[in-house]
Amino acid sequence: MHELQSLFSSLWVAWFFVLFGGILVWVLWPTRKKTWEERGKMILRDDDRAEKG
Amino acid sequence: MASASMAASPGDWAAARPRTEVAYVEAPIRAFAIATMFWGIVGFLVGVVIASQLAWPALNLGLEWTSFGRLRPVHTSAVIFAFGGNALLGTSLYIVQRTCRARMWGGEEMGWWLFWGYQFFIVTAALGYVLGVTQGKEYAEPEWFSDLWLTVLWVMYLLAFAGTIMRREEPHIYVANWFFLAFIITVALLHIGNNVSLPLAITSTFSYAAPAGVQGAMIQWWYGHNAVGFFLTAGFLGMMYYFIPKQAQRPVYSYRLSIVHFWSIIFLYIWAGPHHLHYTALPDWAQTLGMVFSVMLWMPSWGGMINGIMTLSGAWDKLRTDAGLRFSVTAVAFYGMSTFEGPVMSIKAVNSLSHYTDWTIGHVHSGALGWNGFITFGALYWLIPVLWKRARMWSEALIAWHFWLATLGIVLYITAMWVSGIMQGLMWRAYDELGFLQYSFIETVAAMHPYYVIRAMGGLLYLSGALLMAWNVFKTITAGESVEEARVAAPAAQPVPAE
Repeated sequence: MHELQSLFSSLWVAWFFVLFGGILVWVLWPTRKKTWEERGKMILRDDDRAEKG
Repeated sequence: MASASMAASPGDWAAARPRTEVAYVEAPIRAFAIATMFWGIVGFLVGVVIASQLAWPALNLGLEWTSFGRLRPVHTSAVIFAFGGNALLGTSLYIVQRTCRARMWGGEEMGWWLFWGYQFFIVTAALGYVLGVTQGKEYAEPEWFSDLWLTVLWVMYLLAFAGTIMRREEPHIYVANWFFLAFIITVALLHIGNNVSLPLAITSTFSYAAPAGVQGAMIQWWYGHNAVGFFLTAGFLGMMYYFIPKQAQRPVYSYRLSIVHFWSIIFLYIWAGPHHLHYTALPDWAQTLGMVFSVMLWMPSWGGMINGIMTLSGAWDKLRTDAGLRFSVTAVAFYGMSTFEGPVMSIKAVNSLSHYTDWTIGHVHSGALGWNGFITFGALYWLIPVLWKRARMWSEALIAWHFWLATLGIVLYITAMWVSGIMQGLMWRAYDELGFLQYSFIETVAAMHPYYVIRAMGGLLYLSGALLMAWNVFKTITAGESVEEARVAAPAAQPVPAE
């Protein structure tokens, strides 16, 4: 039981590394740059609409 | 992009706001804004009182109810949970509706229930402190009955927030909401985890905590540090990621960095708590773990700070003309400074000097006054005219006065505490040539007196700034120019110079 616990806590660290690395790749993937930028502009669209209307 | 609105004079953005079709819930949010202002002043005032008590102990008045030990949790809870909490509840419910383009889940009734339920919690907790009803856990002083009430309320808050996200019209969930959601969920987890206790009797106001000894201490500081990490950091970052882009009228510097910022805080913060228990009965490996994770927190902190400040890139001139924005940006600078100092202090060698001294108090206040206070003031200076349909704040000059009074107050506060704290630490560890301690405890207390006076003055300046703000808010609501008036006058009129 004790050995299993230490094995799994090591695996948990490795899994978190992989998970976080995956998130970084997902966010920083070059082809998604444009999409992310659009999402960042979303909150300002209110003001755009006001100018047109 | 919004070129025309960027060219508009700084005060006129509110007049350019759209009328939107969604019937947003706003009245309870106005109440949260007023409550933020009210509890802020109460909290700062009690802070000035207890700072003065440390300089002049006679101000304890010789009464148990006004002694430092009872008023100190009134101060900390009033500023963190009452001022900060009302600001977070109000702004989060405002932001989630706007960024999701959806009416709040539960509507007005939910908003009012959250508002009054939260005020009831604050008053019950504060009355308890004054009367000596406390669990004796820092930042988790409320007893079991107040804790249960808050648990119910917090679950309702989660439902209102998540429910609004679920019914969103906007496909993407804006990053500010990620931070708010992490704040709500983690605070629920921390609150329940740290408050498992057994009341003496169902009619008793006292209880015993379930975990004892060092386990109890570790759970307390797992709670305590993550209250800083998720209440005072993640929640307020949600405010930063909405209000700074809105005030600067440009998108956040790097949206991708904001996502990386979010996930690195989520992965790292929860492990930093043990740095509050260096050189205690806590196992060494846990202390080292806490230290290492605290040092790693430099990365998301500075990533976030760069992201917030660089949002102004190309619009730096707004800092000169928009005092509200100046608050928000200075807040981010303080976020960077205090989260640089924090990891330094978590290093065991540094901590052996800094722990239990005033240095810690100074560090906390550079974060609380500089980051949490300023980001809230900046947000309110933007939000108050919007919520009351005013063209702008009543007086831009008063905002500038508030800014400089508060900044000077912080500078006095933190420099006094650095000197006092480091001196205190060095005096405690000084030995004479025979190996005896060089100073008695009372000598260190006497040496700190001048710094305590300076600190109290700093607090007084900060409080004065907040009083100017309250007056400005009051006048904006009662006598400010409405958006309609501004629209009618708009074509020819010049922006009204602030008096």
